[in-house]
Amino acid sequence: MERAIRVLVAKPGLDGHDRGAKVIARALRDAGMEVIYTGLRQTPEQIVQAAIQEDVDVVAMSILSGAHNHLFPKVANLLREEGVDDVLIIGGGVIPDDDIPGLIEAGIEAIFTPGTSTKDVVEYIRNNVKR
Amino acid sequence: MNIEERLLKGDKRACARLITMLENNDPEAIEIIKRLYKHSGNAYVIGITGPPGSGKSTLTDKLTKELRKRDKRVGIIAIDPTSPFTGGAILGDRIRMSDLALDEGVFIRSMGTRGSLGGMSKATWGATKVLDIYGVDYIIIETVGVGQSEVDIVKTADTVLMVMVPHLGDDIQAIKAGVMEIADVFAINKADLDGADKTQLEIEMNLDLNEKSDYRPPVVKVSASRNENIDQLIEKLMEHRNYLEKTGKFSERRKRNTKLEIIKLVEEELMNLIMDKALEENLLESLSEDVLLKNLDPYTARDKVLKLIK
Ligand SMILES: Nc1nc2c(ncn2[C@@H]2O[C@H](COP(=O)(O)OP(=O)(O)O)[C@@H](O)[C@H]2O)c(=O)[nH]1
Ligand SMILES: [Mg+2]
Repeated sequence: MERAIRVLVAKPGLDGHDRGAKVIARALRDAGMEVIYTGLRQTPEQIVQAAIQEDVDVVAMSILSGAHNHLFPKVANLLREEGVDDVLIIGGGVIPDDDIPGLIEAGIEAIFTPGTSTKDVVEYIRNNVKR
Repeated sequence: MNIEERLLKGDKRACARLITMLENNDPEAIEIIKRLYKHSGNAYVIGITGPPGSGKSTLTDKLTKELRKRDKRVGIIAIDPTSPFTGGAILGDRIRMSDLALDEGVFIRSMGTRGSLGGMSKATWGATKVLDIYGVDYIIIETVGVGQSEVDIVKTADTVLMVMVPHLGDDIQAIKAGVMEIADVFAINKADLDGADKTQLEIEMNLDLNEKSDYRPPVVKVSASRNENIDQLIEKLMEHRNYLEKTGKFSERRKRNTKLEIIKLVEEELMNLIMDKALEENLLESLSEDVLLKNLDPYTARDKVLKLIK
């Protein structure tokens, strides 16, 4: 079956920079994935609805504003409440090492900090999609 | 409850999953659509096309809000090109429709054009059927009006809305050549910029040349980003719908579209059948070699390929 991995690239929160998100979006596209890009300043609720309607395999979020400890788990919880359990959730951005275990605990399965090569992200997604 | 029952009950996730399955050519999904087909046909389909950047997504957002005011449920299929080199795509139409994400009465799906050979039409039709059965009143299909397959898609809508913008220049010539004829309503978007009157004149002049039926496509100036004149555009779309229904042309059109759909499905299946076999046997390689060496002519080569399924 012709199957493309579908990834929602989302920018939750209020910071107005999406350069990093766009770089990732292009890298995923170049790796043959379908990237649904929803733009800046998305609420967790909007991200979850988009993920459901688009039936994505992956939700990839990026935050620079420092609100990751609040927003990432919120998205993971809302997805769980909606009964979505086959979506891989990953996050990126400026995230202190100390915060990472808590985020993983909350259901964000991988955190990519600045300096990660896009190749690694592509690899990680390929190896960890759930369906 | 299985996915079939869930779709009939209007379950969003079932709707989303079925569209995915159809996009991936999953035979199970096709069986489901076969069984549920009798529940389709209630949604009215509006196809929106026009050059890249003309504001189709922004307009889709505004039209949908207007339809929501009238208590209509809306499904949106937004198609963007897949890269022929990598098979990947960036689907960005949702950026312009952020506020719709939380509206329970709206379902938005982004699709890449994916493979060649009209696979897109099959997937889009499939998605249309799913949304229809899911229970929306209107389906809006947004697609860039350039390639033939995009045109094929939008042609099978009940009403085709063509989006133009001021200062198209030579583009309008190119569009005129093939796509103008399929428009039922024209919107000149970005009418907040100057030049809209000139574009309107050009379109009207073109319509003067083509006048042959009792229906003349209206031309409406709008500004999607400023939300100006959208209600008037909706009125024109509704007038076209009324025209079709009043004159009996609605069922005529649906019949024509159904015919096109069947032809496309057969075409795709045949191509798949032949190409799978041809690839398996590496036939194309050897045949083209022979044709190049003049051991064979292209017509005989064709016959040899066709023999695979005869
Ligand atoms: N000036 C002006 N710009 C608009 C209008 N509608 C859309 N745009 C802008 O045109 C660009 C492309 O819009 P989009 O809806 O993505 O176009 P699409 O590629 O046809 O879907 C965006 O920057 C919009 O903000 C309008 O009515 N006036
Ligand atoms: Mg668009």
